[in-house]
Amino acid sequence: MGVIPKVPAAEWISSATEWITDTFGFLFDFIKNDFGDFIEIFAEDWLMSIPTWLFILVVVVTAFFITGKKFGLAAFSLVGLWFISNQELWEELMNTFTLVIFASIISVIIGVPFGIWMSKSRIVETILTPILDFMQTMPAFVYLIPAVAFFSIGMVPGVFASVIFATPPTVRFTNLGIRQVSKELIEASDAFGTTGRQKLLKVQLPMAKKTIMAGINQTVMLALSMVVIASMIGAKGLGQTVITGLQRAEVGTGFVAGLGIVILAIIIDRFTQNLNTHKGENA
Amino acid sequence: MPIINVKDLSKIFGRNAKQATKYLDEGWSKDDILKKTGNTVGVNRATFAVEEGEVFVIMGLSGSGKSTLVRLLNRLIEPTEGSVEIEGQDLAKMNSHDLREIRRQKLSMVFQRFALFPHRTILENAEFGLEVQNIDKEKRKKKAQESLEMVGLGGYMNQFPGQLSGGMQQRVGLARALANDPEVLLMDEAFSALDPLIRKEMQDELLELQEKMKKTIIFITHDLDEALRIGDRIALMKDGRIVQIGSPEEILVNPANEYVEKFVEDVDRSKILNAEHIMKRPETVDIEKHGPRAALERMRKEGLSSIYVTDRKRTLHGYVTADDVSEAAKQEQKDLKSIMRTDVPKVTLQTSMNEIFDMIHDSPVPIAVVEDEKLQGIIVRGAVIAALAGGNEVNLNGSDS
Repeated sequence: MGVIPKVPAAEWISSATEWITDTFGFLFDFIKNDFGDFIEIFAEDWLMSIPTWLFILVVVVTAFFITGKKFGLAAFSLVGLWFISNQELWEELMNTFTLVIFASIISVIIGVPFGIWMSKSRIVETILTPILDFMQTMPAFVYLIPAVAFFSIGMVPGVFASVIFATPPTVRFTNLGIRQVSKELIEASDAFGTTGRQKLLKVQLPMAKKTIMAGINQTVMLALSMVVIASMIGAKGLGQTVITGLQRAEVGTGFVAGLGIVILAIIIDRFTQNLNTHKGENA
Repeated sequence: MPIINVKDLSKIFGRNAKQATKYLDEGWSKDDILKKTGNTVGVNRATFAVEEGEVFVIMGLSGSGKSTLVRLLNRLIEPTEGSVEIEGQDLAKMNSHDLREIRRQKLSMVFQRFALFPHRTILENAEFGLEVQNIDKEKRKKKAQESLEMVGLGGYMNQFPGQLSGGMQQRVGLARALANDPEVLLMDEAFSALDPLIRKEMQDELLELQEKMKKTIIFITHDLDEALRIGDRIALMKDGRIVQIGSPEEILVNPANEYVEKFVEDVDRSKILNAEHIMKRPETVDIEKHGPRAALERMRKEGLSSIYVTDRKRTLHGYVTADDVSEAAKQEQKDLKSIMRTDVPKVTLQTSMNEIFDMIHDSPVPIAVVEDEKLQGIIVRGAVIAALAGGNEVNLNGSDS
């Protein structure tokens, strides 16, 4: 064992991270400041300026209509959101919601094109698959370290870590969805003389839509699961309350905030799922 | 001048396909090439020409290469060798831009499993070929509507394919192909996935449309009846090779080789099979030897409700029924003559299945096959049906891969 000295892997990674931080510092600063400001404005100036009752009302009415005029989700949203505001966790909820929204949108913006690329090329698929595996299996805490190195603390590194953790399902499902389009439909499309772009936009993506939406749903859920972890590096929200509860050994505080996350998770999940199954076309 | 001219067109699947073509030139068989190189021969130097306005049928069994061949014609599959000329332009050597234009303007395809886009309405499906050509919305809608009305689907424009039956879906497939107003229509087993009755209806309708449109149609099928029905000329394929090209009559009357002969033998069993093929050995009783008791005994043993009566020389006299015989036996009669019936349904050995089929329908007893007054055999209803069913089986059901 003594023949080969310990490989300084940790040092290498550290210095690589340092190098990235130094080299792209201007970019990170820009993201941290401007994007960070934007997130803050979005959460505090926009979302929190909406009166609680109005917000709840909009969610409830939307829930009612996207579920096909059923009361279940609407009622759940009403009670759940009222409970959160009653517990004086509304600001935290809005912050968490912001984090999830931004992380999800960025994940989708990155994930869908990568998924498309992956579906077009076997080589890209072979290269990306282990990377995606890596991104998902690496303990999410680990992402916090470079996130802090790049963006110090706050919302931005939280979004960054969430994006890394939450992007893989969108990539995977986009790839899967496009590859699942039946060979005969691709043939039909080719036989009518489509360009690659027309084929993608008129046949592959619409056909893959359901699968891609399922991936996005997963992505949103994963982003939400990062909320508590991200709050360890200062991302505001319900997660922070959970951490506070943990540090002070206040079971009640932690549990109530946790419940808030669950309520948000259920509402977001049902919303994205219903958007997916909304259109009544038969395969 | 032929509209499509195919010359020495080959497709070999697998690695180093180019190298394997030299074995084709040396005349190796498909199996030998597979063994030697691991390559599968899809199409083996097909050469033919299709005239404008002709319905050209390519037929063969599963794995004969007909589906590959049709895909070589619009280059959904890249040819390994040879040329496909459409109005003098060689498709095989074309760049992707020109190929796309040819596919948009001149070639349309109808697929076996319809291949409709499930997320688009019927109208949007029919518009597809025009849409990819960026034809403006109003114009393409109008053309697609005309096309749909032509196939009798004017009222279904806003439905989705999933809401339509198979036959209707294939009409949409046809309308989609026709909306482009192509010079050549490629139909890959277009009716094979449909029920027999619907299939026939679609064949008729295609012929009717063809009367008006006068398109050049290349039709792939595994069903010889279908080929004979709609083809002006038929190319028969086996193991990737075209074995014979000719009009339906030529193929039927002058099969080029044993394979074709076997193929056409099974065209329509009811026309070719006759009484001799389906009769079975008769159970009889002897008019001189047997009385009612013996007849009853034999009928009971064989599970029959009637039995033919002959003499020693097998000359047919008539038949007796189980009811009459048991009545006679009760009355201790000794003779069959008094209860024998003589309204025997008779055919000869050469009577065709068609006639037998009509007769057996309302015959209470099996049909007697009689030659020179002598009973040769009997035909029961089950045998007729089995023979006809067997005929359908040899009609080469099963789809091509």
